[in-house]
Amino acid sequence: MSDQFLFGIEVVINGLMAGVLYALVALGFVLIYKASGIFNYAQGVMALFAAMTLVGVMNGQVPFAHLINSILGTDVHHFGWHIPAVIAILMTMAVMILLAWAVQQLVMRHLVNQEPIILFMATIGLAYFLEGFSDLMWGSEIKKLDVGLPQGGSFWIEEMTAGLGGEGFYGFFIDRLDIVATVIAILLVVALMLFSNYTKEGRALRAVADDHQAALSVGVSLNFIWVLVWSVAGFVALVAGIMWGTKSGVQFSLSLIALKALPVLMLGGFTSIPGAIVGGLIIGVGEKLFEFLLGPALGGATENWFAYVLALVFLVFRPQGLFGDKIIERV
Amino acid sequence: MDEGYTTTDGRKIGGVVMEMKNITLRFGGVVAIKDISFDIREGEIRAIIGPNGAGKSSMLNVMSGFYVPQEGEVWFHGKPRPQMKPYQVAQQGIARTFQNIALFEGMSVLDNVMTGRLTQMKSGLFAQAIWKGKAEAEETENREFAEKIIDFLEIQAIRKTPVARLPYGLKKRVELARALAAEPKLLLLDEPMAGMNVEEKEDMSRFILDVNDEFGTTIALIEHDMGVVMDLSDRVVVMDYGQKIGDGTPDDIRNNQAVIDAYLGVSHD
Ligand SMILES: Nc1ncnc2c1ncn2[C@@H]1O[C@H](COP(=O)(O)OP(=O)(O)O)[C@@H](O)[C@H]1O
Ligand SMILES: [Mg+2]
Repeated sequence: MSDQFLFGIEVVINGLMAGVLYALVALGFVLIYKASGIFNYAQGVMALFAAMTLVGVMNGQVPFAHLINSILGTDVHHFGWHIPAVIAILMTMAVMILLAWAVQQLVMRHLVNQEPIILFMATIGLAYFLEGFSDLMWGSEIKKLDVGLPQGGSFWIEEMTAGLGGEGFYGFFIDRLDIVATVIAILLVVALMLFSNYTKEGRALRAVADDHQAALSVGVSLNFIWVLVWSVAGFVALVAGIMWGTKSGVQFSLSLIALKALPVLMLGGFTSIPGAIVGGLIIGVGEKLFEFLLGPALGGATENWFAYVLALVFLVFRPQGLFGDKIIERV
Repeated sequence: MDEGYTTTDGRKIGGVVMEMKNITLRFGGVVAIKDISFDIREGEIRAIIGPNGAGKSSMLNVMSGFYVPQEGEVWFHGKPRPQMKPYQVAQQGIARTFQNIALFEGMSVLDNVMTGRLTQMKSGLFAQAIWKGKAEAEETENREFAEKIIDFLEIQAIRKTPVARLPYGLKKRVELARALAAEPKLLLLDEPMAGMNVEEKEDMSRFILDVNDEFGTTIALIEHDMGVVMDLSDRVVVMDYGQKIGDGTPDDIRNNQAVIDAYLGVSHD
């Protein structure tokens, strides 16, 4: 096998792994969109908030320390303890559930039956609020997140595959974090599928996603389901936040991955969970492969725009996405 | 007749299950229901009839909690019912169908019927997650009940079919199945036979009678076609322009001058 071809394969594999993270963020969007018709612009910021909270809890940071200090004239920053990752993750999840509850009770509840654009605007407001709130609560500096996930290239894979190519090929370089992320993402999707198909709450959620009136008539509280779905989206955001935060540090740019989810959704359709996954993978592989093959000729940094252009091309030919329901105008 | 009565075909009808007391419902300037009272007794088939726009669906929506009347009270099992959300009403054992069919179009027939069991599912999320003992037994039990209803309404052949693909008449039947799956104490049907052909209407009539007979379910049903319900119901409320213009047995109603006028004089169909 030629080395060039092997490098290509490596690019594809790495693209798939990056795609898993895109898919994870897109999944959060799809869940809320399906259940409530809300396009949650704040999904990316939720991932940022989750990651910041996790870091803060693990390091024993005092929340709102800056605020407290400036009001009370104190100088507190840390509780002086460290909390194990597993417990901190559970505590962060509790915070995400609290956030879901607050979003529903304080905002969305009052906007039931409003136009989609109004709901969308509300989530933009939420995104900016949450961003500022995160900074206020945990401070705005870049933080390192380490929950004990393995990182760095897998020497094992490198050694195993080194023999495939010639002199210039040293084996596939695959980040172990990416492998872990992929496994966790697969587990997450399986868990979500089981949840929505085999639990009472999952059935109720699908019912609400399908028809509000009918859901009410079989005894489902829309409010409860919406809190539930924001909580699940919060959980997905937490998982994405952990992965992304471990990879590139917890910082504001994390919330921008939400923008990468947009082309993923255009490809996969806004209402399809398989669509979000496949869409994420296509974008992940597509942008890496495109950069590998044509990047040098186009002056590089094609990853910044490739996804959007691909989505645009897609929109022209299949506006409902890969798996979305076919749009037929009723006349 | 406080302790009930015996129907012409010999069924024992019990005490009052639901009582509507002086219900008034307005939409802006439109008075959809004007000071109407009536009761529904245990085990009976109670019809609400009237021309289109009379306020029948509005009444059913008040009963099921979808609309909140400006005046009046709904009594359930001898107590005034506090203001409730529709899902809370459903949890009290009141199931309903809709005039314009509200099914979960993306789900199969079986899944639709299974959602009717939601009010009967008690296991917590944690128990379900571990999927042990009780939760599993409950799922099996609910599944069996759903299948029983499916057999009862003779829709076995389409149990795996996505509802969106079914013809109108069958959708109505699936909606009834979903309501029955909840084992309701009171079943509210909004024009269950509307838009059906003669054969489908006969099937539906038979099912309604069978439900009442075999499960002892109390049924309130709405129709705008007078003929169909007369054979079916034990007592009939007649509405016109938001007012009650008659209440009694089918024979009483047939001979009621106000009713005859409403139907012959101004047929709004
Ligand atoms: N949600 C609503 N908003 C405004 N007006 C309504 C609403 N529901 C019913 N109405 C009005 O109430 C009146 C009675 O309607 P409805 O109860 O549907 O009658 P029926 O079921 O007997 O045909 C009609 O004038 C209708 O336009
Ligand atoms: Mg009606």
